[in-house]
Amino acid sequence: MTSKLDTLGAWLLGIVWFLPLAYAVWAAFHPPAYSTHFDLTAPLTLRNFAAAWHAAPFARYFLNTFILVTMVLVAQFILSTLAAYSFARFEFRGRDFVFMLVLLQLMIMPDVLIVENYRMMSWLGVRDTIFSVGLPYFASAFGIFLLRQTFKTVPRELEEAARMEGANRWQVLMKVYVPLAKPIYVAYGLVSVSYHWNNFLWPLIITNSVETRPLTVGLQVFASTDQGIDWSVITAATLLSAAPLLVAFLLFQRQFVQSFMRAGIR
Amino acid sequence: MPSPRPIASCVPINNAGARMKPSLNAVYGWLLLLPAMVLLAAFTHYPALATLWHSFQSTPKGNRPAVYVGADNYISMYQDPVFWQALWNNLAYAAITIPVSVALALVMALWVNRNLAGRGFLRMAYFTPTVLPMVAVANIWLFFYTPQYGLLDQIAHVFGLSSTNWLGKRDTALPALMMVTIWKEAGFFMIFYLAALQQVPPSLREAAMLEGASRWQYFWRVLLPLLMPTTLFVLINALINAFRLVDHVLVMTKGGPDNASTLLLFYIYEVGFSYWDTAYAATLSVVLLAILSITALIKFRWLDRRTHYQ
Repeated sequence: MTSKLDTLGAWLLGIVWFLPLAYAVWAAFHPPAYSTHFDLTAPLTLRNFAAAWHAAPFARYFLNTFILVTMVLVAQFILSTLAAYSFARFEFRGRDFVFMLVLLQLMIMPDVLIVENYRMMSWLGVRDTIFSVGLPYFASAFGIFLLRQTFKTVPRELEEAARMEGANRWQVLMKVYVPLAKPIYVAYGLVSVSYHWNNFLWPLIITNSVETRPLTVGLQVFASTDQGIDWSVITAATLLSAAPLLVAFLLFQRQFVQSFMRAGIR
Repeated sequence: MPSPRPIASCVPINNAGARMKPSLNAVYGWLLLLPAMVLLAAFTHYPALATLWHSFQSTPKGNRPAVYVGADNYISMYQDPVFWQALWNNLAYAAITIPVSVALALVMALWVNRNLAGRGFLRMAYFTPTVLPMVAVANIWLFFYTPQYGLLDQIAHVFGLSSTNWLGKRDTALPALMMVTIWKEAGFFMIFYLAALQQVPPSLREAAMLEGASRWQYFWRVLLPLLMPTTLFVLINALINAFRLVDHVLVMTKGGPDNASTLLLFYIYEVGFSYWDTAYAATLSVVLLAILSITALIKFRWLDRRTHYQ
C-alpha cells in the first residue's frame, strides 16, 4: 500500500520536474503555431533551430564557450595539483594558515566580487577577452581541497618505493599521485565544465563583443532583443545552448551522478 | 641551489622516512603553492579587502578622483529603501527555497534509493535541471509563466480560472522565481543524500523493524540523525547559492515589478554596472560579504568538528 503511494508520489513529482524540459522540446520541434497548442498530430520541424542558428552567431558562441571551458579546466588542474601536493605532503610553517586562506574562497567566490574584479581586469587591460572570463576561476579552492584529500590517502610506501628507484619529487607527483587520483580528476572536471558552461553573471559583465561572449550571454542577448522573436525560436536556441551538456549527461548519466557525488563527499 | 636528487636518493638508505631537509622542504612547499596563491590573492583576498576600502570612498566621476567620505555610503545605504527591499527579499528567498529544496531533495533520494518502477527515469528527471544553464532554464520558465499563452495559464484555463501575470505582479514575482530555484536545486542536493543513503547498512533498518519500530520512527530516529552531516553540508551550499545566483532574476524579472523580486547581488549588479556607482556597489557588497563570512565561520566550526571523527 505505502509502496504504491510512494510510486505515485515519485512519478507525480518526476513528471512535474520533467515538464519544463518537455515543454521546451515540444515548442522547439513544432511550428510556431503549435507552440502553445498541444496536438499530437502536429508536424515536426527543425526550422526553429535553423532560424535560431542564423539569427545569432551561435557557432562563434559555441567556440568561445569551448575555449573558455578548456582554458579554465587546464589551469585548474595544473594549479590545484601543485597546491594540493604541497598541502598534502610538504611540512612547513604557516601551511595550515595558508590552507585556511584557500578555503575562504569556498564561501567568498569570484561570483560575488564582480565590482572589484571588473576594476582589476580594467587595470590589467584584459577586459572583454575570454581570458578575463576565466582568470578569476583559475585558482580553485574546491579543486585544491578535493585533490589534497585524495593525495593524503596515497600510501607513503608508494612514494618511498618510487624514491628508491631514483624518482625525484616531480616524477613522484606525476607517476604516483596524479594517476592514483584519476577518478577525482574526472569528477572535478565534470563539475568544473558544467559550472563554467553555465556561468552567466561574470561573463555578462566582462564581455562586450561577439568574439568573447560565451553561449549563456549570447543566448540572453539573443532572447532579450525585442524584435518579436517567437517563442519557438527562443526555446530552440535555449535547447541548442544546453544541448552538449544535456546529451553528454544523458549518455554518461551514471558517471555524471557519481562524479557529483564524489565531488561532494569530503 | 643544490639539486634535490642527491639528497632525495641518499636519505632513504639510512632513513626509511625519506624526508628532505626541513628548510628545503619548505622552499618546495611554498614554490608549489605560489601560482595558486598569487591568483587567489589577486581575485579573492585583494578584491574582498578592496571592497571594504572602496566602501569608504566616493565614486570617481570624470576628472574628480575618489575621496575618503567616511560612513557616508553606509548612511545612504541605511536610508535606501531598495537596499532594504533587496535584503528582505533575499532573506525571504533563502528562508523558503532552502528548506523546501532540501526537504524535497531528501524525499527524492529516499524514493530513488528504493526499488520503484521507473527508477532510472525518475533519477534523470530529478537531476536534469542541475546540468542545464540557469539562463536557459529561466527562459523556459519565462515561457511557462507567460500570461494567457504560457502553460500555467493554459492549465488554469482548463479549470476555468482567470489568467495571471505571474512575473508582473508584486506578490507573485518573487515566489515565481523561488519555484525556479527549488526546481533547479532539489535534484542537485538529492545526489548528496543518495550518496549518504547508500552508506547506510540495510541491517540497521531490519534491526529497527525487528524492534517493532514503524517506518516513520525509523526515519526520524535512525535515518535522519545518520544523515545529519549531509544535511549540514547541503544547507551551507544552499545558503551560499541563495546569495550567489541571480541569473534568473536578470532574465525573468530584472528585479521588478517595482523591486518586488530584486535580490542583493542583482541590486549590486544594477548599481555597479547600470548606474556605475561603484562606491555604493562596494558598500552593498560589504553586506553580502558579511553574510557569506558568517556562513564561513559556521562552516569552519562544523568542518573542525567533523575532522575530529576521522
